[in-house]
Amino acid sequence: MATYNTSEFRSGLKLMIDGDPYAILENEFVKPGKGQAFNRVRLRNLKNGRVLERTYKSGESVEAADVMDVKLQYLYNDGEMWHFMDTDSYDQYMADETAMVDAAQWIKGEEECEVTLWNGSPLTVAPPKFAILKISETDPGLRGDTATGGTKPAKLETGAMIKVPLFVEEGETVRVDTRTAEYMSRSKDK
Amino acid sequence: MSGSWQPSATLDIIRQRSELHKIIRRFMEERNIMEVETPILSRSGNTDPNLVSLHTQLLEFDTNNSLPFYLNTSPEFAMKRLVASGSGSIYQITKVFRDGEKGRYHEPEFTMIEWYRIGFDHHALMDESEKFLLQLGFEKCDRHTYVDAFESSTGLNPHTAETKKLYDMAVNNGLTQSKSNRRTILDFLFSHCIAPGLKGKNPIFIYDFPVCQAALARIRNDDPPVAERFELFIDGLEIANGFHELCDAKEQLTRFQDENIMRINQGLVEIPIDHYLIEALKQGLPDCAGIAMGFDRLLMKTTGMDTISNVMVFGHDRC
Repeated sequence: MATYNTSEFRSGLKLMIDGDPYAILENEFVKPGKGQAFNRVRLRNLKNGRVLERTYKSGESVEAADVMDVKLQYLYNDGEMWHFMDTDSYDQYMADETAMVDAAQWIKGEEECEVTLWNGSPLTVAPPKFAILKISETDPGLRGDTATGGTKPAKLETGAMIKVPLFVEEGETVRVDTRTAEYMSRSKDK
Repeated sequence: MSGSWQPSATLDIIRQRSELHKIIRRFMEERNIMEVETPILSRSGNTDPNLVSLHTQLLEFDTNNSLPFYLNTSPEFAMKRLVASGSGSIYQITKVFRDGEKGRYHEPEFTMIEWYRIGFDHHALMDESEKFLLQLGFEKCDRHTYVDAFESSTGLNPHTAETKKLYDMAVNNGLTQSKSNRRTILDFLFSHCIAPGLKGKNPIFIYDFPVCQAALARIRNDDPPVAERFELFIDGLEIANGFHELCDAKEQLTRFQDENIMRINQGLVEIPIDHYLIEALKQGLPDCAGIAMGFDRLLMKTTGMDTISNVMVFGHDRC
């Protein structure tokens, strides 16, 4: 059984707790000047997304979750499940809504995503860091206004809502940082 | 290399660091407290099982043997020896080292302000510490006994509650189930359930600790007995720790030996006891109180920074 010591704790590390796989969201070192050191962690249950707080005495070991991170290509959504493929082995995987919570609004097909597998099934799917998507709806732009720095809401072809500069128009393709949902630039890729 | 070559703090904060040095020196000078420097290296270490000392090897000149030396986790032993030798009241601003401590409020190398006052008990030293804080622009301080702070947050008496009850409350508040002694459980409850509530515009002193947390403080034989120790919290963050200092050589030696036994039971290495301190106490330490204040954390509170490395010239990741 693989284990992690609290000194190895960092965000993203996957642990087994009460039979469920969890990912560390935050790890805080807590120690009174004269007294026991603790690692206070916030963890996300990778099966149901629930967040939990736990405190370990520093130096304790915790069972590692037997999970594997793989790169898979997104194929399509059948209305209920999202389908992915390993482009080397052609093995296909299905992810449910819980696993897609971070990624669903940023992908439309053919993107390579980092997928965490547990017992052979996708537990979580991370979108690519940057998405290149077409604007499907936004108010008419103020042509030539590149200086004032104002923004307006825009709906992307995947349904995600972001803020874009005033000069960006409907039908244009933009590059978006998926971690912050921030507009980065116009994109030449169509 | 993880960090950048540039300072961890802004130049404005570095100037405020320099200013804090000046304020401390002025405050001490006004009270005739002598500035001293004691060694960072020592042949003996800190037996406290909750501290991990850094150590290094030094070459012995006549034999060419390498000898282990510990980097101090606090200047307290050397300063108490100096007080025992008749120095009068003393202070120092020095670097201390604690391995494995890294986080938003912890750096393995940090700066301590430590001072000792002859003829003071812990209450007199809290009074003086409050005057110091007022000079830095803080409000008047509140004071609560450990038992009052503990009872009002948890409903349990830290001196008399059954260990099982304290343990159950700790588990309910997120402590993972494992073998824990009473001291660890109290540390958990205090740091997770009580300290975060010690907020507000007034700094707070907590005093008279359970005897299992006496450290280097003397014990007063009340019913129940308490350790004459205090801690200072500003906005929920521990800033300082002080003692009405233990003067009894025999009891000090027993505490060090007990800590080494705890170390062995926990599978930790034994640490050589500071017999120079024991000898000094035998010769006689005047009645005194001492306080150790985290310079960097204090600066976090005067500058409003929320990460300790951001008040250091070069934090651990850039040194």
